[in-house]
Amino acid sequence: MTPASATHVLDAQSLAARRGYATLFTDVTFRVEDGQALLVSGPNGSGKTTLLRMTAGLTAPAAGELRWQGDAVRPFDARLRDVVAFNGHLPALKDELTPEENLAAWIALDEAAARDGAIGAALDAVALGRQRQLPVRVLSQGQRRRIGLARLRLVRRPLWILDEPLTALDAQGIEALGALLDAHLASGGLCIAASHQPLPATRERTRTLSLVAA
Amino acid sequence: MSGNEPSSVDAAILPAVGWALARDIRVALRSKAELGVQLLFYVIVVSLFPLATSPSREVLATLGPGVLWTTALLASLLSLSRLFAADFHDGTLEQIALSPRPLAALVSGKIAAHWLTTGLPVALLAPLLGAQYALDSAVLGTLMASLLLGTPILSLLGAVGAALTLGTRGGGSLLALLVLPLYAPVLIFGAGAVDAVRAGLSPAPHLSLLGAGLLLALVAAPFAVSAAVRIALD
Repeated sequence: MTPASATHVLDAQSLAARRGYATLFTDVTFRVEDGQALLVSGPNGSGKTTLLRMTAGLTAPAAGELRWQGDAVRPFDARLRDVVAFNGHLPALKDELTPEENLAAWIALDEAAARDGAIGAALDAVALGRQRQLPVRVLSQGQRRRIGLARLRLVRRPLWILDEPLTALDAQGIEALGALLDAHLASGGLCIAASHQPLPATRERTRTLSLVAA
Repeated sequence: MSGNEPSSVDAAILPAVGWALARDIRVALRSKAELGVQLLFYVIVVSLFPLATSPSREVLATLGPGVLWTTALLASLLSLSRLFAADFHDGTLEQIALSPRPLAALVSGKIAAHWLTTGLPVALLAPLLGAQYALDSAVLGTLMASLLLGTPILSLLGAVGAALTLGTRGGGSLLALLVLPLYAPVLIFGAGAVDAVRAGLSPAPHLSLLGAGLLLALVAAPFAVSAAVRIALD
């Protein structure tokens, strides 16, 4: 959607999150630019998912602000919606449809006309070529996560936000994710991921942000 | 919500409506059993009243419009919980809300799909079922017209309730409590139009009010729904 030459900057300024009366984290500040990945780590319940949802523009921060290209953005801001690809805990797949139909629908939503065979190629890349005609209902958790990876590849967005991208993936799936991430970062993409394991991506491009349990 | 939608003015609205409509219809057609259950519910409940009351033509003709309208309302309610809940639980709603397309247009498509799969069949079946109530053809015609105007209002108002109860415990019964009072005016004017014809009066005032209600709901409901969806996702 955006040419790789453009510079992208995502700035988080002293973000804080509250759930009910409990404070999850305060004063989280980071900056991610072209070709960089930020790995958010921390114990269960430290607010990794909340931080990611904030960055994706789904949740409003209790304090602080998020800036995209220097402009403060609020939840569901159109400027953020144009650039973000969010892979959360939920697969966003319809059980009744096949992987191919699910992906075709998401591409159509993005107004990005898919090249002929692009969906097939993306499914082949995550080793789901043989399952493309099966309803998603019969696929395993790991296979569903792989469809999510195929979607990242098809929906070309500069800012990837991945919540626990390694969950349910086997060694081969993690390898596919690594290749995908490396290609994304090499072409100037940004990535923010929450995980308990190191990301399978080029180490020198990845920084780690540790949240501590409040 | 101000400042959130600078792109929605120039973004193509109709493709977004069409996208959500096509997707929901496709999913609905893959789970035909669910659709069948709602229609069957409508058919059975409507057919139970003549069995439970009296075979007298007078009584049935008096009861008929009210029964058909009330049952249409319940059939719409029955399918409402499905409108957003499935998308909420599988993450589709998140992705829809984060897409660059205007959310109000996307939810409009979903509401349109809900009406096409529940309201429209109910309206089309009504004359057939109304025959059990000894209603004549002029009355049946008005009944169908009032349902065609009224059931989209049910889908639109119901969608607001469905979006507001997303993620709440006991969402289904809460939804009924929230939505049924809002349905009352639609029921009054819908059944009123049919009664007017039976009394030899013109149904036009009732139908005009239903039409006005439909226009109002068409304009306002999608924005209320998208605001409620964003709150539910927070």
